[in-house]
Amino acid sequence: MITEAVGVACEEVGHVYDGTGGALAALDGVTFRARPAEFVCIVGPSGCGKSTLLRLIAGLLRPTAGSILFQGGTSGATPRNALVFQEHGVFPWMTVLDNVAFGLEMQGVSRTDRLERAHAFIERVGLATFEGRYPHELSVGMRQRVGIARAFVADVPILLMDEPFGSLDAQTKWVLQEELLRIWREDRKLVLFVTHDIEEAVRLGDRVLVMTGRPGSIREVLDIPFARPRDRDRDADASLAYTKRIWDLLEDEVRTGLLVTG
Amino acid sequence: MTAPSRTTPSARTGNGRWPAWVATAALLAAWEAGSRAGLLSQLFLPAPSLVLSTLMDSFRDGEMGAHLGATLLRWAPGLAFGAVPGLLLGLAMGSLPRLRRAADPLVSAVHPLPKIALLPLVMIMFGIGEASRIIIVGIAVFFPMLLNTMAGVMQVSPLYLEVAENYGARLLTRFTRVVLPASLPMILTGLRLAANVALLLTITVEIVMAETGLGALVWLSWEVLRTELLYATLVVISVLGLAINGGLKLLTRSLVPWQPHLAEA
Repeated sequence: MITEAVGVACEEVGHVYDGTGGALAALDGVTFRARPAEFVCIVGPSGCGKSTLLRLIAGLLRPTAGSILFQGGTSGATPRNALVFQEHGVFPWMTVLDNVAFGLEMQGVSRTDRLERAHAFIERVGLATFEGRYPHELSVGMRQRVGIARAFVADVPILLMDEPFGSLDAQTKWVLQEELLRIWREDRKLVLFVTHDIEEAVRLGDRVLVMTGRPGSIREVLDIPFARPRDRDRDADASLAYTKRIWDLLEDEVRTGLLVTG
Repeated sequence: MTAPSRTTPSARTGNGRWPAWVATAALLAAWEAGSRAGLLSQLFLPAPSLVLSTLMDSFRDGEMGAHLGATLLRWAPGLAFGAVPGLLLGLAMGSLPRLRRAADPLVSAVHPLPKIALLPLVMIMFGIGEASRIIIVGIAVFFPMLLNTMAGVMQVSPLYLEVAENYGARLLTRFTRVVLPASLPMILTGLRLAANVALLLTITVEIVMAETGLGALVWLSWEVLRTELLYATLVVISVLGLAINGGLKLLTRSLVPWQPHLAEA
């Protein structure tokens, strides 16, 4: 199935939460563009509004300033998209198969059709023998595969990933990063990938958006020029330089943030 | 291939229970021996064998069966009468913060009241009869059902709702596909509490104002000092309680297969 390519442009996007403890500015003047089928990683200090930015683009929140425009797709409306959270986003009361088919179910795809498509994707992520199991019977890494499969099967042009590998151990994380890149190569869509892990951002992204502390805005955009498919060994030395550079941009704010919130 | 791994844990728990069986058997044997030797008063501690034969006789002549039936015919309607509104209002209060804020003070005020204290009031309103007995059971059941359901709905992770909304689920779909299943474990826990409260209140009401039912039989046994019948009735009440809890555990296991430990609690 071919998904319509969609790009996104944020213009001076700001968001202020109206909480009980007064207004809290999460984002201020965020401007960037992302091309269709591009893989963009977003890093920034804790509480810089990365997750807010994803929810704004997902249409779950409305910006209080600026605008978010989508190129391609249906003009005006937020195009279909899928958020991927940490593995907690997988429904514990549904089997693996029903979880993966959920997005299609919401789109009104017939039962036989959606189960067939879900089944095919479950095989692609190596979970075929676990199709009838519930999430509590799976490892954390397997659960996250379910979350990723659910998002890809929904066949949406934009994937919004909110620290999806944040709770995985280092080895599982490496494996799932490889898998995500492989699936994305076969099934290209615009991916906005929020992460705490600078190395992960450099390893996965075509570009890395580095954000400032709260209220978050874009501090710098780095192109990561490594050829695809990415090769961990080949890119190792150059990655280190990019990782160092991003850390230099973030270090001060991360340290201040620790003093303030910790 | 799975058979051995399935039988091993249950065999282990079976083995782990033998001290309890031995202890119970030893106690009963000592009791029986003490009774026959005349060391124990027949008024306080009639021999287990006498209790057993009384129990069998009371079922044979239909007396116990009739009382058990009367108790069940108050327990079940009372449970339904209280649990269904409790469930519905709990779902509503859990989902609607405004309704919750409006109704919470009233609920908090009435909930801690021992419901049996409301019996005179209920009798004034509904008369001295079957309706009052069932209504008082229903009132007692209503609260644990309401509070558990409300808590169940309130603890649904907003993340699940966000995921469902993100995939395009409308409000009603989010309710049926996320809120209901996610709060089901707490709802079933509430139902188990409610079923036990219902039994407690049914027996209590029967002791206070009824000629039939296991509670009435308990009282009758005391009035005529038939201690062996009193014990036999207590055995029936205890087995009834075990059966109710066992049934609800089975229900929980089949409705919430994703939380296997819930049914064991």
